[in-house]
Amino acid sequence: MRSAGRRWHYLLFRWALMLLLLAVAVGLGYALLSLPQQAVGLSEQVSANMATSGVQNPVTAVLLNFRGYDTLLEMAVLLVALLGVWSLGSAEVHRKIDPEPVLSLLVGGLAPMMILMAGYLLWAGTNTPGGAFQAGSVLAAAGILLLLSSKRFPVRLMGWPLRVVLLLGLGTFAAVGMTLLFVSGGFLQYPSSLAGAFILFIEAAATLSIGVTLAALFLGGRPQAGPYR
Amino acid sequence: MSAVLLYALTGAGLFTLGLYALIIHAHLLRKILAINVMGSGVFLILVALGGRTAGAVPDVVPHAMVITGIVVAVSATALALALVLRVQAATGRAELPEEPLE
Amino acid sequence: MQQIPWEVMLILLPLAGAMACFLWPRRTLLFGLISALGVGGCVAGLGWRLLEQGAQRYAVGGWGAPLGIDLYADGLSLLMLIITALVGLGVSIYSIGYFERRQAILFWPLWLLLWSALNALFLSADIFNLYVTLELLGLAAVALVALAGGANALTAAMRYLLVNMLASLCYLLGVALLYHNFGSVDIAILAQRVEASPAVWAAMGLMSAGLLLKSALFPLHFWLPPAHASAPAPVSALLSALVVKASFYILLRLWLEIFPQTGAAPGQLLGVLGAAAVLWGGIQALRQTRLKLLIAYSTVAQLGYLFLAFPLGSSFAWKGSLYLLLSHALAKAAMFMAAGNILRFCGHDRIADLDRVAQRLPVTMIAFSVAGVSIVGLPPSGGFIGKWMLLEAALRAGQWWWVIPLILGGLLAAAYIFKVIGYAFTQAGVLRQTNKVPMSMEWAALALALAALLLGLVALWPLSLMEIGLPFGGSEVDAIQRAEQS
Repeated sequence: MRSAGRRWHYLLFRWALMLLLLAVAVGLGYALLSLPQQAVGLSEQVSANMATSGVQNPVTAVLLNFRGYDTLLEMAVLLVALLGVWSLGSAEVHRKIDPEPVLSLLVGGLAPMMILMAGYLLWAGTNTPGGAFQAGSVLAAAGILLLLSSKRFPVRLMGWPLRVVLLLGLGTFAAVGMTLLFVSGGFLQYPSSLAGAFILFIEAAATLSIGVTLAALFLGGRPQAGPYR
Repeated sequence: MSAVLLYALTGAGLFTLGLYALIIHAHLLRKILAINVMGSGVFLILVALGGRTAGAVPDVVPHAMVITGIVVAVSATALALALVLRVQAATGRAELPEEPLE
Repeated sequence: MQQIPWEVMLILLPLAGAMACFLWPRRTLLFGLISALGVGGCVAGLGWRLLEQGAQRYAVGGWGAPLGIDLYADGLSLLMLIITALVGLGVSIYSIGYFERRQAILFWPLWLLLWSALNALFLSADIFNLYVTLELLGLAAVALVALAGGANALTAAMRYLLVNMLASLCYLLGVALLYHNFGSVDIAILAQRVEASPAVWAAMGLMSAGLLLKSALFPLHFWLPPAHASAPAPVSALLSALVVKASFYILLRLWLEIFPQTGAAPGQLLGVLGAAAVLWGGIQALRQTRLKLLIAYSTVAQLGYLFLAFPLGSSFAWKGSLYLLLSHALAKAAMFMAAGNILRFCGHDRIADLDRVAQRLPVTMIAFSVAGVSIVGLPPSGGFIGKWMLLEAALRAGQWWWVIPLILGGLLAAAYIFKVIGYAFTQAGVLRQTNKVPMSMEWAALALALAALLLGLVALWPLSLMEIGLPFGGSEVDAIQRAEQS
């Protein structure tokens, strides 16, 4: 039981906080309203350089080419998050669920479709909305469904094959960036004739890594096999 | 008021609403949800204001930034959720103690 | 053949090392040490380039700002990279003996990713890219804290993660406002285009709030002591020496280049908070009964000094603040390592029960004391030079009142350092079993402590590096020489 005095304090704090945050919201709104009504941002530069970017989808061009370095670091963020989860301990085993027959049947049908869908999203990303992250998320969803329906992944894949797939995106991205340093003289500087091929190559590797990393994050701990056990 | 500004102001509202919930609620799951609401507010502002171009084609650079931001947010949220489970297992409560350490 | 891009190497080498450690867990030590030495070499290469050619800009992908992302290295970034490499080398050697295999296979990849994030952060010229590096850094730091295991470390890591996420979002909202106001995220372009407007004020408030939270400026320091005290010792060293400084570095860049025309009031506020941090942190440190918590509160106090340059705003004050940052990084890393040795030796870190540690662990205790000299700010340490410069800058600006926290803070620091040293010499009531401490752990701590001391003897050299690219504005070599003579 909270005493009357403490309750008072709490209410006072709540109201003061509300007022303070209201002021913050008003200030923020005022700042937003003060922004110029029309702004082109970087859209002109983006469209001027689309021809040499190697892809037709401008979002993919920004993500993988113009600001590709951000995306490279972001793959590292995913890896760090996974290492963080692994540093907490092993994945729990006691939550073994007996999958219902409907789930089991559904997953059996859905998972292959989703993997196909991921492949399509990856391919579509070069000229329409889509790309490695969208594809990777669908792949991860398929993986999580499989995990939920207690499909077991073979133990021998939990060691270095898993780690290779987890590193595939970041490793490919960094390796391509370094190779280009020697080929065209600049880090992540694609020669415009090959830019499309390089980007698709990186995205394919990234899709696999993103999918598997997100599914592995879902496990909430280290796999029960391999040196990290 | 233009639709762009309406979205942006909604984003500002989500940001402050999330901040309020983050401070008020003790349960860690609620705190994590609150931070994600704040994140959605920021992403909404980023994307919406990209629509202030004269033509039909918006500025795509903020779109790419938001995709990066979402991946970062997902990674951080995943780590946070895994941590909540471990904190609960270690202390018996999914809350942060009032006084850190002894 | 064009020049070797040392900037890119500095980011990719630790990244590659981390991946190699993750892929071949049995070889973590080998890959870790190769990466550490390689990064040292790259920093030397970049330093040489800067000395010969001045500040460097590198356009990633060949696009160049505003469309692409630029890397930028001047004297300020170079010094941060050097100090990161020095502390990093020390921590790497220290960790060999510290971690058992189970922890080592996760420590090494995480630490190398953290290193890569730090280097990327100090080299970035793009405020959105800085956001990504901040997140990489923050998540790696949280993971390293959690590596210690146990309820204390887990709750500290949880709190730390929530604070990091909140701070990053505040920063990102500021980035969004600046981008949508001026159409670029490149610091140099923003510096040209920026003019006072409500959006700039909001951006300054949000970004500063986020970065201050990450830099643990009083009263936003609440998360720091538990996180820094409950982490494994080499991680505590990294957090106190480098990670909190990274957000301070971004704050410094923003205030120097993007937000200079916002007037004097915000700077005064930061100065007041800094002074409060110095006093509050010092008093709290003095009250602690556990060694690692004492050192963590000392970090809160020492971070306060760095903010005393904001109200002064002169190039001399900035340099003094940066000098304190550098010497604190070395001294605090050494101090946390020494604390780790004591914890390993005694099995606890209760200050009152330190049983003749000085006699039985002399190298560690010398390291602690030498680091203490720099923390207190006694000559001839690096801490002394930094404080002296801040003192002189305060008097020159006619704001004598900033001298008070500088002096009181030094007295408080002397009190809590001597408290530890005093107990280390006396015999405790109860005798306990002790554990062996590897020699590498003792000598790594001593080496960093001596480096902090040395920083006070070679002051002209780092101060001249700060001139590359003139990050702080005008050159004041004569004043530096005066500080050196005294």
